[in-house]
Amino acid sequence: MQLTLWTYEGPPHIGAMRVATAMSGLHYVLHAPQGDTYADLLFTMIERRDTRPPVTYTTFRAQDLGRDTAELFKNAVAAAHARFQPQAMIVGASCTAELIQDDPGGLAKALDLPIPVIPLELPAYQKKENWGASETFYRLVRALAGPPAPRPVREPGERPLCNILGPTALGFRHRDDLIEIRRLLDALGVGVNVVAPLGATPADLGRLREADFNVVLYPETARSAAEYLKKNFGQPFTHAIPIGVGGTRRFVEEVAGLAGIDAAPVLDGPGSRLPWYARSVDSTYLTGKRVFVFGDATHAIGIARVAAKELGFTIVGLGTYGREFAREVRAEAAGHGIEALITDDYLDVEAAIRAAAPELVLGTQMERHVAKRLGIPCAVISAPMHVQDFPARYAPQMGFEGANVLFDTLVHPLMMGLEEHLLGMFREDPEFHDGVGPSHLGGKSYGTPADAVPEAAERAPAGPPPTPAPVPILLDHAATWSPEAEKELKKIPFFVRGKARTNTETFARERHLPLITLETLYDAKAHYGR
Amino acid sequence: MNAPLTHSPGCGGIDLHQEQGQRAVFCGLTGIVWLHRKIQDAFFLVVGSRTCAHLIQSAAGVMIFAEPRFATAIIDERDLAGLADANEELDRVVTRLIERRPDIKLLFLVGSCPSEVIKLDLSRAAQRLSGRLNPVRVLNYSGSGIETTFTQGEDACLAALVPDLPRETETAAPSLLIVGALADVVEDQFFRIFAVMGIGDVRFLPARRAGAMPAVGRNTRYLLAQPFLTETARALDERGARRLAAPFPLGAEGTTGWLLAAAEAFGVSDDAFERATAPGRARAETALAPHREKLGGKQVFFFPDSQLEVPLARFLARELGAALVEVGTPYLHRGHLAAEIELLPAGTRVTEGQSLDDQMDRCRAARPDLTICGLGLANPLEAEGLSTKWSIELLFTPVQGYEQAGDLAALFVRPLRRRALLEV
Repeated sequence: MQLTLWTYEGPPHIGAMRVATAMSGLHYVLHAPQGDTYADLLFTMIERRDTRPPVTYTTFRAQDLGRDTAELFKNAVAAAHARFQPQAMIVGASCTAELIQDDPGGLAKALDLPIPVIPLELPAYQKKENWGASETFYRLVRALAGPPAPRPVREPGERPLCNILGPTALGFRHRDDLIEIRRLLDALGVGVNVVAPLGATPADLGRLREADFNVVLYPETARSAAEYLKKNFGQPFTHAIPIGVGGTRRFVEEVAGLAGIDAAPVLDGPGSRLPWYARSVDSTYLTGKRVFVFGDATHAIGIARVAAKELGFTIVGLGTYGREFAREVRAEAAGHGIEALITDDYLDVEAAIRAAAPELVLGTQMERHVAKRLGIPCAVISAPMHVQDFPARYAPQMGFEGANVLFDTLVHPLMMGLEEHLLGMFREDPEFHDGVGPSHLGGKSYGTPADAVPEAAERAPAGPPPTPAPVPILLDHAATWSPEAEKELKKIPFFVRGKARTNTETFARERHLPLITLETLYDAKAHYGR
Repeated sequence: MNAPLTHSPGCGGIDLHQEQGQRAVFCGLTGIVWLHRKIQDAFFLVVGSRTCAHLIQSAAGVMIFAEPRFATAIIDERDLAGLADANEELDRVVTRLIERRPDIKLLFLVGSCPSEVIKLDLSRAAQRLSGRLNPVRVLNYSGSGIETTFTQGEDACLAALVPDLPRETETAAPSLLIVGALADVVEDQFFRIFAVMGIGDVRFLPARRAGAMPAVGRNTRYLLAQPFLTETARALDERGARRLAAPFPLGAEGTTGWLLAAAEAFGVSDDAFERATAPGRARAETALAPHREKLGGKQVFFFPDSQLEVPLARFLARELGAALVEVGTPYLHRGHLAAEIELLPAGTRVTEGQSLDDQMDRCRAARPDLTICGLGLANPLEAEGLSTKWSIELLFTPVQGYEQAGDLAALFVRPLRRRALLEV
């Protein structure tokens, strides 16, 4: 058993729903108890879809368990087929139905429907949402792509064709990434054969083989399917992820190589504003900003590279909740000289953020809340999805326009930080005194973990504030601050104050100093500034 | 799946249908979202799957800023394969939890579909842990979807509290118990009204803190504040308490009927009743008047959700003049809702249970002016041009009593007003 307050990923059948909902002409019959239908609202409320997901639930209850849940399932499949007339169906069980072992695949097969019915085995007690999406897409491709065949032969001068694999419903900016990547491919002179799962029909999956190669935008959902297509149709696939200017350029080069065309027209084109914005002098204050990155592997790796190589930040934390891609994230973290954090426990992530004392957090909605609590600026760069992650405007993460969006996303929280720094100069002014705190962080007083404790206590009178177990700052053993040192600490700009406090306390603890004086503060500064 | 409708006449004057098939409803775990706000030193630990954790997180709508007082102990394959002793695992998880949250005085182990199917005995676990964690009380109930629909989770939770309530002495003076989670502000309003009537000993279940749960005995008279408390009522009856039959305190009429039931049981004089209720009735009338012209004659369709549908439909029809197309409800408690059923316009179509696709067909065909439905259906129906009110808000918002009658009406008016305002 695992104690879980918030989860980064849903169960694997939610992944299957993301694939089914992305496609048209496909229907999913899910053997699931009443209540599992909550999943509809992920799509209709969070993503604001205007139709129900193409999912029929058996919604069995205790009274059905004593009777025949298998019959209930068969009736649901037959009724869904009659009502929705899909080209193909997928059938499977959610966590509870997995325990009653009704064999949805076998039951559906026995109905002998005139369409392909693809059974899904999604072990709900081992696997999670992204794995479920990947497995579902792989099973669909396997069932519908047709028998193995060699790659198509192109006449010289004929437009090369690719498939774009990976975008799903409820995906982080998949809608806009797809538009951006289509533009990029078009500029290169590469045609798009099929996009899947988003917008594809089961029949379209039968045409995948007509492409020369595959573009894998999100390995989390599409790598298994791409490997299958490589093996059976000889289609190579892309590995570069077009996040950031560097990522996009590498992607363009890789696509040009696979398509046998010249990348120069696109690489020499207008590109992104990011390189010039990063070089303009107002950006010099970004140098070495301490950044903590956490998300799905694709976004965490891509964003870490942008942060380090395109904005000049220092990566002080990098991690993912996607264990399937732990190897890739570990390799990337090693490149930044740190150890990767691979966990799906939100409390571990919170503890790691506290320990790293970053100046900016780039994470998920969960880290946004942690950062808010700690008074650290934050931007959201990855799923799990929140209604705010479906902006009305065009906001891709990928391609050159995606790099523009990322510049704004990663820098704006800090621009606010600079304004707060200026505000700090007017500290004694009655309107701007220190207790007011940064306006963009809710006007509460900001500060270090230690500062945050009394603030949290005020907010939740019901009890002491949550303190995650492995906190490196041991409050009970911390040295006492002398009033002068405490006052001096407040003169340090807020965005480095947390680090200064932690360093000074560590310094004092290591030397068994009972009292932190002005001297201790500056001794510590000199010690850590070496 | 789509079993034919069965028509069972003879339930008051209503046109009652029963339906079976796909149900688009939350399970009882959802109640944790408001119950943990109500009992301020209680923690709710779901023993379930990743789906359960995901449901509560999604139903809570947003990921809440502070650390919540609920969590899920996710069963994994090691527990299922018997590699780990589920009870030892549970003890370990609970111990970690209580160490982190020393402010917790009451812990609910909440059963789920998977824990029910694998027959994990949470009542024994609760007993064992109660002994070990003393003074923290550990209770258990099931919020599983196979046994509970949405608000039945609150019913199961309150029913679990009853055996643990202090026992009132045989000779105690009669006291009034209000049963069902209400917003604190609503409780305080009712408390003041009862005080004016001369009923001083008024208690609430659940109380705001674990240590302040009300004593119950033979001289307890109780009023249900919510229509979905079947098991809780049964447990109170077993304790010897007596239910006062009444409509539910939604709208001015329902509130008056509800208060009157208490007044009659406690021998409150007509004068005192009038003095206690007249100002509230007058204010409710003032607040409702402007909404009446907006909702009068409007066709309203309820999808089944919270069991609040029948009292709400009664309020919309009788106090605001709306026309009821269909009143869907997951379950119709004939006894507790007897007064409500009496008040519904004769011939009102009430559907108990659900066959989702068929019901959506009927809704589309009727094209009502306002559809009250769950979160999963609202946007798809809006996209088809129907105005909707998502029903979960009716449980998160204070809507009971005279002072909230106008707010309750406003919840239904807002979607119509909004549609009229938008020019895009």
